[in-house]
Amino acid sequence: MRSRRRPTGPARVVFAAVIAWLALLLVVPLGALALSVAGSFSAVVAALTSAEALHAIGLSVGVAAACIVANGIFGVAGALVLVRQRFVGRRLLDALVELPLALSPVMTGLAFLLVFGRNGLLHPALDAVGLQVAFAWPAVLLATLFVTLPFTLREVALVLEELGDSEEQAAATLGATGWQTFWRVTLPNLRSGLVVGTTLTSARALGEFGAVLVVGGGIANRTQTATTFIHSAIEERQEPAAYGMALLLAAVAVALLFVLQRDRE
Amino acid sequence: MNHGPSGRAGALALRGGVTAWVTALVAVPVLVLAWRGIADGPAAFWAAISDPAAVDALWLSGWTAAVASVLNAIAGTALAWVLVRWDVPGRRAIGALVDLPLAIPTLVAGVLIIALFGPQTPIGHWLVGIGIPVAFAKPGIVLALLFVTLPFGVRAVEPVLEELDPAEEEASYTLGATPFYTLTRVLLPPLFPAIAAGAVQTFARSVAEFGSLAAVSGNIPHRTLVAPVYVLGEVEAGNPSGAAAVSLVLLAIALTLQPLGAALARRAGARRA
Repeated sequence: MRSRRRPTGPARVVFAAVIAWLALLLVVPLGALALSVAGSFSAVVAALTSAEALHAIGLSVGVAAACIVANGIFGVAGALVLVRQRFVGRRLLDALVELPLALSPVMTGLAFLLVFGRNGLLHPALDAVGLQVAFAWPAVLLATLFVTLPFTLREVALVLEELGDSEEQAAATLGATGWQTFWRVTLPNLRSGLVVGTTLTSARALGEFGAVLVVGGGIANRTQTATTFIHSAIEERQEPAAYGMALLLAAVAVALLFVLQRDRE
Repeated sequence: MNHGPSGRAGALALRGGVTAWVTALVAVPVLVLAWRGIADGPAAFWAAISDPAAVDALWLSGWTAAVASVLNAIAGTALAWVLVRWDVPGRRAIGALVDLPLAIPTLVAGVLIIALFGPQTPIGHWLVGIGIPVAFAKPGIVLALLFVTLPFGVRAVEPVLEELDPAEEEASYTLGATPFYTLTRVLLPPLFPAIAAGAVQTFARSVAEFGSLAAVSGNIPHRTLVAPVYVLGEVEAGNPSGAAAVSLVLLAIALTLQPLGAALARRAGARRA
């Protein structure tokens, strides 16, 4: 590590400017939100312990947990395929994995609506078996799986690329079967990638809004998540509910950030 | 016989499973979206994207994204320079703050801006009084975009700056060059591809941004309605084809910018070597 000096001359001006920028953009708005919540604390507590709010939090946490598990499995499998295998269409698969990052969330919701909604592609088939996806919890889950798809895979792929396969070769030479090598050598080595990927997945899943609003509808006690709860609270001018839930999500974000920072070191 | 994930049969099964998952979850919905955008024919597509409200929404998204990209490029470069070059108090805290928008839900970013600048707050009330409303107005849109894209500008420049020898800046400065000369002739030229890569990423994210803007922009057609929120409005108005057509324009912008950003990032990386 290069030694750094205390800022002198023009560097002091730049330092003051960037501190002011971060304060204006992040610190002061967070402070304003916290103050506002503190000012109406009992109303906030009442709003956040309502049946509606608890259902919304429960759905968000449940969907996030499902995304963590699904992306954990898919992320490792996908990274193994994209990093280790050479095949026709590999670049296309790679591009498809990255595609959710390029799409506006509202487009994601619309895409799923066009598949599962009233005039959607799969609607007749789903209707025949009596399964409702759009405006029901499966839609919330699918949309959140879509937007969180790249995170764990990318982090695991980064680790896998650096790792190489010499340890696995050694295990195979020593007589380990494919699965033994996977469970005892490959997977433990991917731990750091899985931790970072899972953290990013949690943050994105808990925070997803546009996609789950469009395809889930944000129906109270049914498809309302923590974010769509905030949205409807804003529209109904229920400030304590909106600000309280927003502060709760911001606090969770800060906690996840700590995990991320710790893991970077 | 079971060869596990590394055997030939295992590798094929793994590839098949991953491909099926990505196809079902990503490829099919996006293809259906693209198909619905053009299924009614070119005339209907054109009518949908040349609707005055759609044009105004796309234009608003475009120019606010451009403003955010320029401001974020400046702020990001300055932040990266401070974090890489100097031993400033609270360096680690600043680094963590820069990543905060990655973790904070985008809708919450919008709520934060309303909590500070909303018309019922003292600051918001005062700003409306002097004729510069922030919440539910264009400055709020830019502010929200700057919040959610903050990490992009910094993180694009940081690793490249890390590799540049500070001796060049110091030599220029101690040989009597003005800070402005040192900045524009010594510091910025090698950083340019990295700064541009960050700006492209900022622009792409800004054009797609939905959650914070749904909360903060006020969504007034022709004035503060950005393209992604316009798409939501068309969906809610029962016009999924129109929504899909405007979505296709946004998708085209995203798919043009992604390789451009990647190419710039590669050039920035190449300079490092």
